[in-house]
Amino acid sequence: MYSEVFIAGVGAITAIGNNVAECLCSFEKEQAGMADIAYIDTVHRHNIPVAEVKLSNNELAKIAGISAATSRTTLLGLIAAKQALKDADIADLSSLRTGFISANTVGGMDKSEFFFKDFVTDNSKGKLKNVFDHECGCVTEAIADQLGIKDFMTTISTACSSSANAIFYGARLIKNDLLDVVIAGGTDALTKFTLNGFNTLMILDKKYCKPFDENRQGLNMGEGAGYVVMVSAKLAKKMNKALYCKLSGYNNSNDAYHQTASSSDGTGPYLAMKRALEKSGLKPTDIDYINLHGTGTSNNDNTEGMAVKRLFDPNYPPMSSTKSFTGHTLGASGGIEAVFSVLAIRHGIIYPNLRFETQMHEFSFAPAKKFLKDQTINHVMSNSFGFGGNCTSLIFSRI
Amino acid sequence: MKQYIRSSACISPQKTFRQVNFLTDVMEYNGTRLRAIEPDYTEFIDPKLIRRMSHIIKMGLAASQECLNEGNTNMPGAIITGTAYGSLGDTVSFLTRLIELNEEMLPPTAFIHSTHNTVAAQIALMLKCHQYNNTFVHKGISFESALFDALMLLKEKEADNILVGGIDEMTDASFTILTRLGLYKRWPVSNLSLFKTSSNGTIGGEGSVFFLLTDRPSADNLAELIGMLTFYKPNDTAEIELKIITFLALYGLQIDDIDIVITGKNGDLRNDKVYNQLSHSIFRNSSLVNYKHLCGEYPTSSAFALWLAANMIKREEVPLVVKEISVKKINPNKVLIYNHYLNKYHSLMLVSAC
Repeated sequence: MYSEVFIAGVGAITAIGNNVAECLCSFEKEQAGMADIAYIDTVHRHNIPVAEVKLSNNELAKIAGISAATSRTTLLGLIAAKQALKDADIADLSSLRTGFISANTVGGMDKSEFFFKDFVTDNSKGKLKNVFDHECGCVTEAIADQLGIKDFMTTISTACSSSANAIFYGARLIKNDLLDVVIAGGTDALTKFTLNGFNTLMILDKKYCKPFDENRQGLNMGEGAGYVVMVSAKLAKKMNKALYCKLSGYNNSNDAYHQTASSSDGTGPYLAMKRALEKSGLKPTDIDYINLHGTGTSNNDNTEGMAVKRLFDPNYPPMSSTKSFTGHTLGASGGIEAVFSVLAIRHGIIYPNLRFETQMHEFSFAPAKKFLKDQTINHVMSNSFGFGGNCTSLIFSRI
Repeated sequence: MKQYIRSSACISPQKTFRQVNFLTDVMEYNGTRLRAIEPDYTEFIDPKLIRRMSHIIKMGLAASQECLNEGNTNMPGAIITGTAYGSLGDTVSFLTRLIELNEEMLPPTAFIHSTHNTVAAQIALMLKCHQYNNTFVHKGISFESALFDALMLLKEKEADNILVGGIDEMTDASFTILTRLGLYKRWPVSNLSLFKTSSNGTIGGEGSVFFLLTDRPSADNLAELIGMLTFYKPNDTAEIELKIITFLALYGLQIDDIDIVITGKNGDLRNDKVYNQLSHSIFRNSSLVNYKHLCGEYPTSSAFALWLAANMIKREEVPLVVKEISVKKINPNKVLIYNHYLNKYHSLMLVSAC
C-alpha cells in the first residue's frame, strides 16, 4: 500500500522576498520583484527588466554560511532548503532515511561564464576553480553536504519544469517506502547564458510582463529557489506540528510538438493536468485555485489557456501566474510555485495576476486580479512546463 | 516482480552498434581521448535535421531508435535519460558566441538545444510520445538515477517498455578542461594497455547506451535486472564491502554466487585503489572484468557496463578483451557491476540470466 505524502515545511527566496514571510508580504502589497538589472554584468542592463534576488553574492553567502565564491545557484538553493528544513522542524532527522532531490537548469554557469571569458581566447587560461563545479549535480551535492544529507540525492533537469519533476520524484520515493523524508525543489540564479538565450528567442518583455493578457509581450527572467519538505504518513503521525497539506496528484506528460514552442491545442499541458487529476481522484470542479505556468509569452499562455479550457470549461476556478511577481525563475519555478501553492492552502490565498488588463480573446476566462486571503482553498493545481515539451502538473490538497 | 532488459543499443568508441561480433575486433586508440564511432545517422534521423543536430543528440536518437527496433517496440511507455554534462557542445557553442559577440546578435539554435533534457525531448518528438519524460543530471550516478526511476515506474505499474539511456559527449573544450583538472594521463597511452601502467589519470570517453525495460518475461529478453543501489561517500573500504554484501543478501545471494564482477577500473592509481583492495578481499575468488579501456571514463559509462553485462549473459560469452584474469565460467549467469565515480558516487547493478 502506497503511503500518502505530506508537506511539512517550505522555504523560498525570490525577487519578492528572502524568505516565505517576506514573499507573502509582497503578495499582499501586490509588489512585484522586477527592476533594472543590478547584479549581473551584462550589456542588457537598463534595457531588459529582470526579477533578481535583491542581495549580492557576499550577502547571500553570509546568510547561507558558506563561501561567497560558490555559485549563486548553490547559495540561493542552500538558503531556501535550510529554511524549508527549519520550518519542517523534524526531530532526530539523522535517524530517518532522508533524501535531497534538487533541480536546476545550468548548474554553476554563473561561474563558468567567468572562466570562459579567459578560456575562449586562450585554452590554457581561465581559473579552474570557476569551472570545476559547472555540472548541475555539483549544486545539489554542495547543498546536500551542507544539510548533512547522504542517504539519497539526485538532480533533475528538464528545463522550466525541472523542480516540479523533482518534487514528485521525491514524493514517489516516499510512497515506495524508500525514504521517510525528502527535501525537494529547485534553484536557478540568473545568468548571462540564460538571459541571452531567452533574448535570442525574442520572448523577453522590455516592460514588466503581463501573463494571460491579450497584449502580453513576453516574459521577465527571474531567479530564486524553492523547496518543500515531504514526509511519509508514518512520520507525519509522529510529528507535533500542523502539516501544511498533502501532495495528492502529479503527472508529467510530453507535448511532443517542438523543441521550444508548444502546441496550439495544448496537448502536453492538457494531459499533465488531466492525468494529475486522475492520480488524485479529483474532478476539475474540485480545484479551487490554479497556479498557472503563465510565463507571459504569446505561445505559452495560448497553449496553457487552451489546455485549461479543454479541461475546465465552463467551470473555471480562480487562477493566476505568480511569475507576474517573481519573473520566470526557470528550473526553480516549479519549486517556488509549489511553495506558493502550499501557502495558498494554509492561508486561503488567491494570488493576483499583476498588470492584467485585457482578457485574451480566445478564452472566456481571465486570471484573478486581487490578492484574497481566508478563502476556502482545498485543492490547488500548480503547472510547470518546459522546453522539450516537458509538462508537469502537481496537485496539493488540504488534509 | 521481476524486471527485464528487453533490448539494448550502444554507441561507443568500440564497434558495439549493430554488431554481430561481440568485442572481437577491438579498436585501439593512442592518446587520452576515445571518440564514439558514429553510425550512418540517415537511417535514424531525417537528413534535413541531421545537419543542425549536435553529436550528443544524434548519438542519443540513433541508439534509442535502434534499441526500440531491437525490442520490437514502436512506442515506449516512458523515456528517461541520464547525462552528467548534457548538451555540452551546444552549451559551449552558445557561451563562446556570447563572449565573442559581446551578447549581441546571437543565433538561438545552440541555446535551444542546450538544455539537459534535449535528447529525451527529441526522442519524444520523433516518436510523438506523450508519456512520462525525465532527465537526471547527477554527476557519476546520472544513468543510475534514470535506471532507478525506470525500475520504480515498473513497480508502480505506471508504465511498461521504458526507454532508459546513459549519454554523454566529450567536446574539445571539456577534454581540455578535464585534462587541466588532472583527470587524464599526462602522456599518450594505448587504451589496450591502460591497466599495465600505474600512474595518475585515466582516459576520457563518451557514449550513448539505451535500454528497454519491461516486467514481462520473454525468451527474447536479454537479461533480468535483479536490482541496483547507489551510495555516496562511504567512510572506508570496509563500508563498501558491507554495502556490496548486504546488497547481494537482499536477493539471497553471496559473492560466490556471482559469476562475473565488472568493475570500473580506469587505470588511474587513485581511482583503482578501491578495486585493488576489493580484489584481495571480497572479490578475491571472483572473475573480474574491466570495461573502461574500451569506452573511456565518463560519468555515464556504467551504461556501457550494463550493456556489456546484458550481452555477456545473452550471448553466453565473455570477450577476451574484458577479462582481468582468467575467467572461470564462460557462460555467466549472474553478473555484478560495481563502479564508482571519483570515489564519491558508488553504484551496484545486478544482472542475471532470465
